[in-house]
Amino acid sequence: MLRLIVQRLLLLIPLLLGLSVLLFAWVRALPGGPATALLGERATPEAIARINTLYGFDQPIPVQYLKYLTRLLQGDFGVSTRTGRPVLDEFMTRFPATIELTVVALVIAIGIGIPLGYIAARRAGSFIDHSSVVASLIGVTVPVFFLAFILKYIFAVELGWFPSTGRQDPTMVATHPTNFYVLDGLLTGEWDAAWDALVHLILPGIALGSIPLAIVTRMTRAAVSEVQNADYVRTARAKGIKPARLRGEHILRNSMLPVLTTIGLQVGLLLSGAVLTETVFAFAGIGSFLAEAVFNADYPVMQGFVLMIAIVYALVNLLVDVSYGLIDPRLRRQQ
Amino acid sequence: MSANELPLTDGAAAEPLRTSIHGDGPGGEDHAGEGVWARAWRTLRKNPVAITGFVIVAVFVLVALLAPWLAPYGPDELPGRAEIRPTEIPGPSAEYPLGLDRYGGDVLSKLIWGARASLLVGVLSTLFGLVGGMALGLLAGWFGKWVDFGAMRLVDLMLSVPSLLLAVSIAAIAGQTSMSVIVAIAVVQVPIFARLLRGSMLAQRGQDYVLAASALGLSRRSVTMSHVLPNSVGPVIVQATLTLATAVIEAAALSYLGLGGGEPSTAEWGRMLVAAQQELAVAPRLAILPGICIAVTALGFTLVGESLREALDPRNRTRR
Repeated sequence: MLRLIVQRLLLLIPLLLGLSVLLFAWVRALPGGPATALLGERATPEAIARINTLYGFDQPIPVQYLKYLTRLLQGDFGVSTRTGRPVLDEFMTRFPATIELTVVALVIAIGIGIPLGYIAARRAGSFIDHSSVVASLIGVTVPVFFLAFILKYIFAVELGWFPSTGRQDPTMVATHPTNFYVLDGLLTGEWDAAWDALVHLILPGIALGSIPLAIVTRMTRAAVSEVQNADYVRTARAKGIKPARLRGEHILRNSMLPVLTTIGLQVGLLLSGAVLTETVFAFAGIGSFLAEAVFNADYPVMQGFVLMIAIVYALVNLLVDVSYGLIDPRLRRQQ
Repeated sequence: MSANELPLTDGAAAEPLRTSIHGDGPGGEDHAGEGVWARAWRTLRKNPVAITGFVIVAVFVLVALLAPWLAPYGPDELPGRAEIRPTEIPGPSAEYPLGLDRYGGDVLSKLIWGARASLLVGVLSTLFGLVGGMALGLLAGWFGKWVDFGAMRLVDLMLSVPSLLLAVSIAAIAGQTSMSVIVAIAVVQVPIFARLLRGSMLAQRGQDYVLAASALGLSRRSVTMSHVLPNSVGPVIVQATLTLATAVIEAAALSYLGLGGGEPSTAEWGRMLVAAQQELAVAPRLAILPGICIAVTALGFTLVGESLREALDPRNRTRR
C-alpha cells in the first residue's frame, strides 16, 4: 500500500513539471506579454521594464523557465494584480470555503445517489427506477449555474427560507481560526455561527451536487444491476445466505468499485462547477475568486489557481486509488 | 457530417468478417451481412427515447436555420427600448409574446437567434475537438511506441486540469470573442476523443480480422485506415453526440463568466442568463426561458447519444 502511494506521488512529479511548462508557455502567449500580464493593462512602460529585468523576461527562454520553476518551488506564485496580495495567500484563505462547499455537495451526491441507485436497480422497472433515470438525465442536462439561479430565486428570494449570498450573515460576530466556518463555530463553541454557516452552504451545495448526484445514481444503478445478476450472488442466495448479508457484503460492496472511481472523477467537475456556483451565490471560495480574476484579467491568480487545483485534483484521485484497497481485498494483496 | 458517412460505408465492408468469425447470436442472423451502423439505425428507429431526442434536436436545428424568418425582430434590435423603466420590465403581451428584457429586446426573438448562436458554438467546437482528438488518437494508435507515449502524456496533462478551468485559461489567451469560446471548448475535448479512439483502436488491433487482413498482405496503412479505424470509431461518435450537449452548456458557462465577448444584450442564451441575474426578483422569466432552452437542447443531444450508445453496444445485439 505504502509502495503504491509513493509510486503514485512520484508519478505526480512529471505531470506537475509538464503542467508548469504549459503554464509557463501560457503566460508568454497572453496578450501583451508576461510583464503586462503580471502588472495589469494599465502598467507604465517603466514598470514593465522594471518587471522585465526583475523577473528576467529579457533573458533566454530556458533560463526564464528555470527561474520560474525555482520561484514556484519556493511557493512564490506571484502577486494578484487586483488585490496586491500573494496568490498563495489568496488561495489559502479561500480554499477552506470551497472545501466546505464541495464536501456538502459530495455528501448530498453520495448520501442520496447511492441509496437511490441501489433501490432503482433492485426494483428495476418500478416507478422509483424510472424516476431515477429521468432525474439523472435532468441532473446532467440542466446547467449548474441555471439550477443555482432557480434555487436562489425560489428558496432565497421568494420563500426566504435560506440566505441568498455569502458564507455567513455579515452581522454575525464570529472568530475564524481555521477559515472552515462550520468547523470554526464548532471549535469555538459558537453554535449559532456554525449553524448559520451551514445554512449558507445548503443551496449552493445542492446546486453543485446536482451533476455528481445524477452521475453517482446512474453509476450505482448500473453497477448494482450488473452485480445482482452475477453467478456468485445466485450461488450465495442458493446457499441460503441471510438477505441482509447478501445485500451488504455481496451486492453493495462489489458494486462500489466503479462508483468510487466515478466519485473521484467528480472532483474535477465539482471544482469546475464551484467557479459557477460560488459566483451565483457570491460565496467567497476559490471558484468565485477565480471568476473575478477572469473578469479582471488577473493572470497571476489564474495561473497559480489552475496549478493548485490540478495538484488537489491529482491528490484526490490518488486517494481514490488507495481506497480501492479498502473495499477490495484482492487489490490490497496485489499492491 | 462527412465524418459520419465514412465509417458507415467502411464499417459495413469490414463487418461481415467479424460476424463470421464471432458467429453472432440469433439477432444477427435475421439481417446477415448487415453493418454495425445499419443495425444501429434499425434499432434507433424503433426506440422512443432516440426519436424524442432526434425530434428535439431537429426542432432546435430548424429554429436556428430559419431564425431570420421565424424571429419577429433582428438579433440586435431593441424594439421596446422606450417601454423599459428602471423598476419595470414589461411582461408578455400581444406584441412581444415572451415579453421584453432589460435592454428592450424582444425575448422571443433573442431566444430564436440564441438557438443559432448556441448551436453554432456547440457544433463547431465539437467538430474541431473531434477532428483534433481523432488526429491525435490516430497518431498514437498508428505509430505506437514513443509517439503513443508522448501523445498520451499530453492527454494526461490536459486532463489534469478540470475542463472548465482549462477552457477558461485558453479563452483568456484567445481573447473575448465567440471564436475563442469555440476554440477553448474544442481544445478541452481533444484529450477525451484522443484517448477514446486510441483505446478502441488498441482493442481492435488484437482482433482476428485484423490479423487476417495483415496475413492477406494488406499494408499497415490500409489495415489501419479501412479496418481498424472504421471499427474503432463507434465510441467516438457516441461521445461526440454526448459532447454536443456539454459543449452547449459549457459555452453558456463561459459566456456567463464574461468570456464570450460582444454587448451584454447579445442574443445568446448564456448572455441572456447573465443579464437576467440582476432582474431575478423583478422578472424571473428572463432567466428561466434561456435556461430551459439550454437544458432542453442538451437533453436532446444526450438522448440521441445515449440511445446511439445502446444501439452500438454489441452486448445489446442478441437481446433485441
